[in-house]
Amino acid sequence: MDASAHSATDTHAKSMTGADIVVSCLNEEKVKFVFGYPGGAVLHIYDALYKQNGFKHILVRHEQAAVHAADAYSRATGDVGVALVTSGPGATNAVTGIATAYMDSIPLVVISGQVPVPAIGMDAFQEVDMVGATRPCVKHNFLVKHVKDIAPTIKKAFYIAKTGRPGPVVVDIPKDITAHVADFIYPKTVEMRSYNPILKGHSGQIKKAVKLLLGAKRPMIYTGGGLVLGNGAAELVKLAKALNFPVTNTLMGLGGYPATDRQFVGMLGMHGTYEANMSMQHCDVLLAVGARFDDRVIGNPKHFSSQKRTIIHIDVDPSSISKRVKVDVPIVGDVQSVLADMNEILSQEENQTTDTADWWAQINEWRGVQSLDYAYSDTVIKPQYVVQKLWEVTKGEAYVTSDVGQHQMWAAQYYKFDKPRRWINSGGLGTMGVGLPYAMGCQFADKNAQVACITGEGSIQMNIQELSTCAQYGLPIKVILLNNRYLGMVRQWQEFFYENRYSESYMDSLPDFVKLAESYGHVGMQITNPADVEGALKEAFDKKDKFVFMNFLTDQTENVFPMVENGKGLSEMVLSPRTASRLKGEE
Amino acid sequence: MRHIISLLMENEAGALSRVAGLFSARGYNIESLTVAVTEDPTLSRMTIVTTGSDDVIEQIIKQLNKLIDVVKVLDLNDGKHIERELMLVKVKATGVHKDEMKRMCDIFRGRIIDVADNSYTIELTGSCSKLDAFIEAIDRSAILETVRTGASGIGRGDRILKV
Repeated sequence: MDASAHSATDTHAKSMTGADIVVSCLNEEKVKFVFGYPGGAVLHIYDALYKQNGFKHILVRHEQAAVHAADAYSRATGDVGVALVTSGPGATNAVTGIATAYMDSIPLVVISGQVPVPAIGMDAFQEVDMVGATRPCVKHNFLVKHVKDIAPTIKKAFYIAKTGRPGPVVVDIPKDITAHVADFIYPKTVEMRSYNPILKGHSGQIKKAVKLLLGAKRPMIYTGGGLVLGNGAAELVKLAKALNFPVTNTLMGLGGYPATDRQFVGMLGMHGTYEANMSMQHCDVLLAVGARFDDRVIGNPKHFSSQKRTIIHIDVDPSSISKRVKVDVPIVGDVQSVLADMNEILSQEENQTTDTADWWAQINEWRGVQSLDYAYSDTVIKPQYVVQKLWEVTKGEAYVTSDVGQHQMWAAQYYKFDKPRRWINSGGLGTMGVGLPYAMGCQFADKNAQVACITGEGSIQMNIQELSTCAQYGLPIKVILLNNRYLGMVRQWQEFFYENRYSESYMDSLPDFVKLAESYGHVGMQITNPADVEGALKEAFDKKDKFVFMNFLTDQTENVFPMVENGKGLSEMVLSPRTASRLKGEE
Repeated sequence: MRHIISLLMENEAGALSRVAGLFSARGYNIESLTVAVTEDPTLSRMTIVTTGSDDVIEQIIKQLNKLIDVVKVLDLNDGKHIERELMLVKVKATGVHKDEMKRMCDIFRGRIIDVADNSYTIELTGSCSKLDAFIEAIDRSAILETVRTGASGIGRGDRILKV
């Protein structure tokens, strides 16, 4: 441990065991919830947490869910999420959760037990090299080898997790270390010569950016998860409003700009709206904020770059800039701080906006395509309809978590998020099974909030055991299962690209979800008639203290549109057959 | 293009594997990688020889900087620099080879550091391309064994990589 990394300023150090030190550190960090699962290597820590009443421990049913719940807690609150797991299988079960958080830059501290120091490398019972196993999917990780290092390491872990581009940090602690005794001194500050994230944007670059924005004819603002994580939404709204520029959000960025606002053109990307993708492709000045031009967002990068435009890119992580697309004006810094600087500079300009009337006329023409239009049916439930009604019934105020697949895209397309940190999903890693534990994390973050988990029958079964955790803690989550008896997104691709060969995408032998929910003491509902959708949702959300599992039997063959197929350009969207034939009729 | 990247990192367990892991995970090439502690025992110095387009090299440097343990990164190709590699070659030293090996060793300013009944062990330092040239110049069938350290690099003159 680098001696310069921490300064011991506490004068009245108390002697305690490593386990008590771990618990005391978490309380020093004012952690409210630790999501975890006990086991041999963390027994001392579990004994220590039994004797304290600072944070509350939430017992999950699988370590993966512990990390997901901590992750969602962080997404919803902005605080660092904390999970505690045992060595070996406990640790490896946590890895999917850690990788999920890493891909979406979520600050977590995951404490894993390890076999005693003398047993490391001996193929001991429940031993796995956790530092080695998680290296590719953490921001950083530590193996603590001395009891005196526990406190400074945990301090560093929290600091690294939440500063710069956030991410998960693993602290692996051997069992014997948690029994050893040392003075507890929690460092007040962290100084690391090797880690100093840049927060303040370069003023010259920012001025240049504002000039470019004011000179734009076809401007576009594109924001991602970084805007939400960096708490920059308010500054962005101010900037976009002042300039009257169109705004699009990525899947991770939804809620970064109010979806019901006139200037919002919808989500962009593979399943983005026609107007968002067309505006993105045809703009002349693009302001990218906390976004990374990834493959699901801009499609084929060559096609994207074939259209000439000037790109300004604000990101806290220099490696995100010019990674997939060449950027003209890079600005490295904290998005909130940089946007505030831009607003300040803009307010001093003589002409504070630019004429975008022609551009807006073009965008409104694209809007006229109504790419999210779908055919309502009064015989079979359309999944889009359920999401629209959910938005109405919850007045757009709910925390909405999703799993991964078609239902995730419909949730993103049809629930209009007006606030950041309300849309919680696995955008980067695309982890099926996050939905239910994510809903748990949100409900712990805000116990009176409406929390809806939009899921599919494939995804929900990947962490279905958490129905038990929800029962234990009385979490009034509403599960919105869009049950089409198919792995819908897989089926869609098989229909489009594999000549309808539905290989292993049919979900056979499904449980009776109503009875399953009831067996845990929850309320189960089955909805098969479109006319019942709204009433059922109201009934469910009226049960304010009940977990309600709503099994909506939906149209089996519905597809997600528009779609930018793999390898295609953003403006080469496939529209729904309904939209396409309507446009043809209009010609 | 071939680049020599120098970096200083915290001398901690596992630091090397973070760098090696980064290169394999992101599919970057490593021609050679050398690492040893510096005069400051808390710091290790690493020299990585890699190849890639300018865009790839830019990403490699950004990604290296992103590693928490990495203190400083320098692309030596951005300025004048010196590179040296050490090679030990065990060659047949019988019959015609005996004089030939001594002669080639002298030409390349190497040293014979071990003499056995049938072999010489030659020590040679220089740029990687010089060592390559030596291997090319001698009779391949005479080579019994080669060991190379990989390149170490340093900036010329006032170009200093220090904390």
